[in-house]
Amino acid sequence: MTAGSTDALEAFCNALADDDPEELYDRAPCGYLSTTPDGVIVKVNQTLLTLTGFERTDLVGERTFAELLSPGGQIYHETHFAPLLRMQGRAREIALDLVRKDGSRLPVLVNAILEFDDAGGPRVIRTAVFDATDRREYERELLRAKSRAEESEARARALAQTLQQTLIPPTPPEIPGLSVAAAYRPAGDGSEVGGDFYDVFQIRSGKWIVVIGDVRGKGVEAAVVTALARHTIRAAAVDGRPPSEVLRVLNDVLIQNESERFCTVACVQLTQKVDDWTAALSSAGHPLPLLRQPSGPLLTMGRPGTLLGVVADPDLSDTRVTLTSGDLLLLFTDGVTEARTNGDLYGDERLEAVMTEAEPTAGGVVAAVLDDVLRYQQEQARDDIALVALGVPA
Amino acid sequence: MELLVRHNVTVSGREDGQPMVFAHGFGCDQHMWRFVSPAFEADHKVVLFDHIGAGESDLSAYDPDRYSTLGGYADDVVAICRELGLEDVIFVGHSVSAMIGVLAARRAPELFASLVLVGPSPRYVNDGDYTGGFDRSAIDELLDALDSNYLGWSTAMAPVIMGNPDRPQLGEELTNSFCRTDPDIVRRFARVTILSDNRDDLAKVSVPTLVLQCKNDVIAPLAVGEYVRDAMPNATMTLLAATGHCPNLSAPEETVDAIRRFLGHAIPAQA
Repeated sequence: MTAGSTDALEAFCNALADDDPEELYDRAPCGYLSTTPDGVIVKVNQTLLTLTGFERTDLVGERTFAELLSPGGQIYHETHFAPLLRMQGRAREIALDLVRKDGSRLPVLVNAILEFDDAGGPRVIRTAVFDATDRREYERELLRAKSRAEESEARARALAQTLQQTLIPPTPPEIPGLSVAAAYRPAGDGSEVGGDFYDVFQIRSGKWIVVIGDVRGKGVEAAVVTALARHTIRAAAVDGRPPSEVLRVLNDVLIQNESERFCTVACVQLTQKVDDWTAALSSAGHPLPLLRQPSGPLLTMGRPGTLLGVVADPDLSDTRVTLTSGDLLLLFTDGVTEARTNGDLYGDERLEAVMTEAEPTAGGVVAAVLDDVLRYQQEQARDDIALVALGVPA
Repeated sequence: MELLVRHNVTVSGREDGQPMVFAHGFGCDQHMWRFVSPAFEADHKVVLFDHIGAGESDLSAYDPDRYSTLGGYADDVVAICRELGLEDVIFVGHSVSAMIGVLAARRAPELFASLVLVGPSPRYVNDGDYTGGFDRSAIDELLDALDSNYLGWSTAMAPVIMGNPDRPQLGEELTNSFCRTDPDIVRRFARVTILSDNRDDLAKVSVPTLVLQCKNDVIAPLAVGEYVRDAMPNATMTLLAATGHCPNLSAPEETVDAIRRFLGHAIPAQA
């Protein structure tokens, strides 16, 4: 409160005791002004003059209410305030800046009513003006905090998306002599980093590693473990040791890392044999890959194994299979089979049915499964989904 | 149809009458015309709509890129006219919609018979010899005013208000509703409006045009109205006794009379 308005309040209280209507108007603890419907000022109280520094003769008959506002405020007045007043007969709690006689700004809150004559035409606008200096500063502080929060949220989202991109290969993977397709969908709106990852890389001529995994949890901490897992597998697999040994190295690293996180991984080592491929698979607690062959039923490949990062000596083994012309191998994460809708589970059977019916190519299988599982959840994936399919050309 | 719902298009008046399309300006919505448009319903097909981002338009259709210039809004006007199959359109645009109409007439001259520009300004910001009336600093002041006046908007309320077709008309319980919309969209529209410069478009629109100019309009001063009249090949100006920027609200009868006189001159009465 300014000194002027403290005086005004005291004078107002005195007038209230005397019940003098003139004094109550002139010394009210807010500025009053009356204008014609066009806005020309016809009457003001002393408080308004004190607040703005104008003399009565500066204002009455000389200026419009809008002319007391900053240029930007005048635009707001003409495009919002005046139309609201005309349409509703009132405008409430409108924040504006008055320009005092000395050019300084006075933040105010304004209430106004439009009185009509007997014929229904506008007669007079009565406006009350409240000093809002402190309140406006507080509101600006809130707005600044809000915009900082929004920026921060945007940065976190960008960081999550950048981090996410490091968990999967930057370009769609390719293996000469095999068709490869992959898909990745983070849970929700993608604002949080997920824990699924996959990788496809060559270790020597005709020898490749395909890996898919799922680190328990979400967020930055899970992403750190996911990155650790992906790079450990790359380093451990490079000398061609069997997948179960690769996963054993990862298990040691995770346990030494003292992270609370554990993960499931399926690792396939592919070796080219003229037209066919030998696949050696080890699963560490991961959903077992599905093998579709040109004839015969769908097969699950490998043995479940122990998830990694929990026990020092996990149960891990290698299963070998020969992939021949027309064979399709699908690796996936539990974001597929454990997708839910209204309490129902997507499940292995539905996945197997979709894979059986899909167009018999790597791309066809990935597209069909992704499409079906997203549709099943009304396009709102509650968990990350990762898919990698390998196909031996027919 | 989707387009018409998106823009909350309302059609009234004479089905076979020459169409009049009324476009509201920055700040509020099609209710700006409620004292003016009914006067033309006896003779005309009257079309009202909300710009995307205003009134009861579909806020989710707001695309910052599309609406980064007034051209996006002009494309909408053309699209609405085409969707309704309108011909010989009399376009009545208030404030920034005056220039949106000029741009629409440039894009699809075959659709428009005449333009009525209420308080037009091809550029609000002063530029060399040109006096638009505002310095660039006015933008920040306006944005401040917008930031300080959410007019009852809150994100939580938005879906309720916008999704309710039975919204009470300007009732007590929805004070300020008529100017209420998403603050982020309003900020963008304010910026696009104030920074627009359509001076070069004026000479390229030759349909009969009426400039309706108020006295003491701080947003579009007399000199700006005269500039528009002089720059357009086929424009006349009527100086209203009304003051301010919204004669459609403050002096509807005078506004209606001026438009009627203009239409009487510009377009021979239909047999």
